[in-house]
Amino acid sequence: MAYIEVEEGVPGIRSLFNFRPETGKPLCNLAEVLLRGPSPLSSGERELIAAYVSHRNGCMFCMNSHAAAARCWHGDQKQIVDELLREQNAGSLSQKMKALLLIAGKVQNNGRSVTPDDIDAARNAGAADADIHDTVLIAAAFSLFNRYVDGLASYTPTGEAAYEEMGKRMCEKGYHI
Amino acid sequence: MAWIDLQNDLPGIRGPMIYRPDTGAILNDLAEALLHDENNSLSRGDREMIGAYVSSENDCYFCQHVHGAMAQHYYQSDTSFIDNIKKDFHAADISEKLKSLLTIAGSVQKGGKNVTQDQIENAKKLGATDREIHDTVLIAAAFCMFNRYVDGLNTWAPEDRQVYIDRAPMRARDGYSQAGLKN
Repeated sequence: MAYIEVEEGVPGIRSLFNFRPETGKPLCNLAEVLLRGPSPLSSGERELIAAYVSHRNGCMFCMNSHAAAARCWHGDQKQIVDELLREQNAGSLSQKMKALLLIAGKVQNNGRSVTPDDIDAARNAGAADADIHDTVLIAAAFSLFNRYVDGLASYTPTGEAAYEEMGKRMCEKGYHI
Repeated sequence: MAWIDLQNDLPGIRGPMIYRPDTGAILNDLAEALLHDENNSLSRGDREMIGAYVSSENDCYFCQHVHGAMAQHYYQSDTSFIDNIKKDFHAADISEKLKSLLTIAGSVQKGGKNVTQDQIENAKKLGATDREIHDTVLIAAAFCMFNRYVDGLNTWAPEDRQVYIDRAPMRARDGYSQAGLKN
């Protein structure tokens, strides 16, 4: 049961967007632009960062839904998502993505944890300013989304089927309310 | 020096907001709805104070002093009043209800799952509405984003706290809309 009175049965963050549409709108716009708008990173790569940060924050709703979206984007490469979330050294990830995920993990902990060496490693692996910017802001934004969902104890569906469908919708239709 | 070339020399979050205006405008919309919109039973001062407190817990110099100065402006207090709330709000001369909301905000800062049923019940007992609890959680969560954006890119911040205090009346007047940030 959520801590505040939201519509029964509406999952996770969606119930909170409905509760307070004035803040729901900018939050949806943020997810849409960050995960699907113009970026040197593909949507699949950006969903991977989102799922990874949510995994590190222990937010099951965001982790499962964004992992499902990342699987949808990755198609026959989708095992990469599960390798990453099992904290295995996902062999098929590019060096650049590995370096960016390391930065995302530092941001998840605290922005001040990012070091010049982390940035140099990403640059040496081919990351440009816009890659680093988007990685930091996606990791920061999921530090918000995860806390919003769990801080109000919003409804987290169980079972993979619910998330598979959610991920497909996020991948195909996006985040507009 | 920021980790990336922001193509401007604005301090704190204003640098990356101008560097990437499409996300910048959305972040401003969120700040406006949460902190400045008048349609809210939590005062602007209390909402800014929640932001300043969370930023202080996250050790984000720029955000804690921008929003501490905003709270100071709305409260018409001195700087030590704000600093004392950040240091130990339980001992500060503020309402029990605000203390219960700052407790929730402090839990959100550590991670959403740290908020407990007891904390929520205590806030409700002291008169907090569902929407006030919602806004407290979302303001705290939002500052966990803003703080990480500011520090994760290593943006610079003016050291002199008077700079933040001097800017607060203008920000209070104009709000966080895109137009307001051009100043």
